[in-house]
Amino acid sequence: MKRFNNPVLSKEFKLRFRSGKSYIGLLFYLLALGILVITFIFAQSFSSQFGFFHPRESQWMFYYLSFLQLGLILFMTPGLTAGIISGEREKQTLNILLTTPQSSLTIVLGKLLSSISYLLILLFSSLPIYSFVFIYGGISPSQLVTVFMLYLITIFAIGSFSILFSTIIRKTIPAMVTSYALMVFFSAGTGILLVLSMMIGTNLSPPYTTNVVSYIFASLNPFVVMLSILNQEFYNEINQLLFNIHLPPWVTYVSFYLFIFLISIFVSVKKIRPNIGR
Amino acid sequence: MIEVRQLTRKFGNLTALNAVSFNVERGTVFGFVGQNGAGKTTTFNILATLLPPTSGDAFINGYSVVHQPKEVRKQIGYMPDFFGVYDHLKVEEYLDFFGSCFGILPNERKKLIPQLLELVNLTDKKNTYVDLLSRGMKQRLCLARALVHDPEVLILDEPASGLDPKARSEVKDIIRELKLMGKTILISSHILPELAEMSDEIGIIEKGKLVMKGSVSEIRKQLSGEKVIEVKMNGQLEEAIRFFEDDPFVTSVVKNEGNKQFIFTYKGTDEQQIQLLRSAVLKGLPITSFYERERNLERVFIDIMKEVEKDEAIQ
Repeated sequence: MKRFNNPVLSKEFKLRFRSGKSYIGLLFYLLALGILVITFIFAQSFSSQFGFFHPRESQWMFYYLSFLQLGLILFMTPGLTAGIISGEREKQTLNILLTTPQSSLTIVLGKLLSSISYLLILLFSSLPIYSFVFIYGGISPSQLVTVFMLYLITIFAIGSFSILFSTIIRKTIPAMVTSYALMVFFSAGTGILLVLSMMIGTNLSPPYTTNVVSYIFASLNPFVVMLSILNQEFYNEINQLLFNIHLPPWVTYVSFYLFIFLISIFVSVKKIRPNIGR
Repeated sequence: MIEVRQLTRKFGNLTALNAVSFNVERGTVFGFVGQNGAGKTTTFNILATLLPPTSGDAFINGYSVVHQPKEVRKQIGYMPDFFGVYDHLKVEEYLDFFGSCFGILPNERKKLIPQLLELVNLTDKKNTYVDLLSRGMKQRLCLARALVHDPEVLILDEPASGLDPKARSEVKDIIRELKLMGKTILISSHILPELAEMSDEIGIIEKGKLVMKGSVSEIRKQLSGEKVIEVKMNGQLEEAIRFFEDDPFVTSVVKNEGNKQFIFTYKGTDEQQIQLLRSAVLKGLPITSFYERERNLERVFIDIMKEVEKDEAIQ
């Protein structure tokens, strides 16, 4: 048990969840999500010819919720993580922590996990709202699990490069700006590059050609990957038309962002203590 | 206990530390004095494993700060010159957190924390949020934090800076108590007299070089071979002045305060000084008091700095 004890993580949990602000934030998030879902159901029911909620519409509600939460992750993760090391440095608490025998890895992981824990709690506490989808059908549990796995890998990847910037840039505001810029590149920049590469290198009539560049940009874009998970048939049609590559984009996505996570943590651990020993 | 060998640290073209070497024996309070920017904090940061030296090494209990920093961290309690505290953490929780960082088990921490709070006189503040403490209390809490793993060596960077006289006195009392507990303490200040009150030995650093090291009295003697001796008489003052003026080692004699006493500067050894006093007594001079005046340490410090600057100008 002692082996897995991370004092930094325990302390950060205590600090984060001590004040009522965290719980109030959680309450308002779930309320907003709940209101959106109920509004969606009522709007669909009233517009339906027979006054009921069709499973096909339930599927749309699932897509709508999943994309909404993905947007939340992309927007919130840099804000929660980009100031955690630089903030300690600015508050002059980091040096004291670095003179304890805690390893640099323990400190970096403790800080990362505690920062993203709030986001994870927001996501997992929204699971009961997803149960509305299961009441009406149209979605498999495996799809829900896959979507949450995509969330996790996205959170850890963005969190890790934000913590890297927080370690090497040393000032919170520049670290935050850099982290947001990289997040915008991965979420919007890859989308723009995807469109540009398709315009240049895609043959829209048979015989279809392989477009590796477009596939790579599509596989790095969280929204495209989410779409490929949520509506596989639709993705397959697009794939045949545009990329003609049969490797599922989530495989490339997970591999790339896992690499980003590992390299960011490695460099953060190396840089947090400017000394030989870690 | 602490061994510093040819420690050098450069920041670009600036040499913050230039081949500094010194030893601190077990149980000694070693005062490290120097002006702001002299290299005190750089030395302490290297000893606390926060900064790698450009060359040289330092050893704490035999462990190298360059090659065995993890072991060094277990041996030392470090208090930086400027430090922050975690908001929303209570005094007791603050110590508990650092106790857990040093791998102290929860039940041991429960016993240890009240003892530490008692030592630094913060028992009644144990449930207060640390950001609400006064600066003096935060300094004492930081001292308690540095002691949480019972280190043999304490590295205290200007522990009394920015405190009011009462708070300074409290910190000094705690340091004296720690000395009685047998801790080896390396402490810095830019105020020599303050450091002299607490220290067994003093090292003076200027522009990255250790320019002098020794006990307080040795430093005074190193600076100048001359002693200032005050003599009180019960009569025969003029005869006594003539007697002392005749001694080859007396460099000047000044009469003062209502013809009952005078002072003279003396450059002889202790044995020659004993012989001089014996001769005066044998001559029948009515001496009621004969003692060596302490030189003002602030003056000593300023004189040392002048000497260093003079040497540099010559070079």
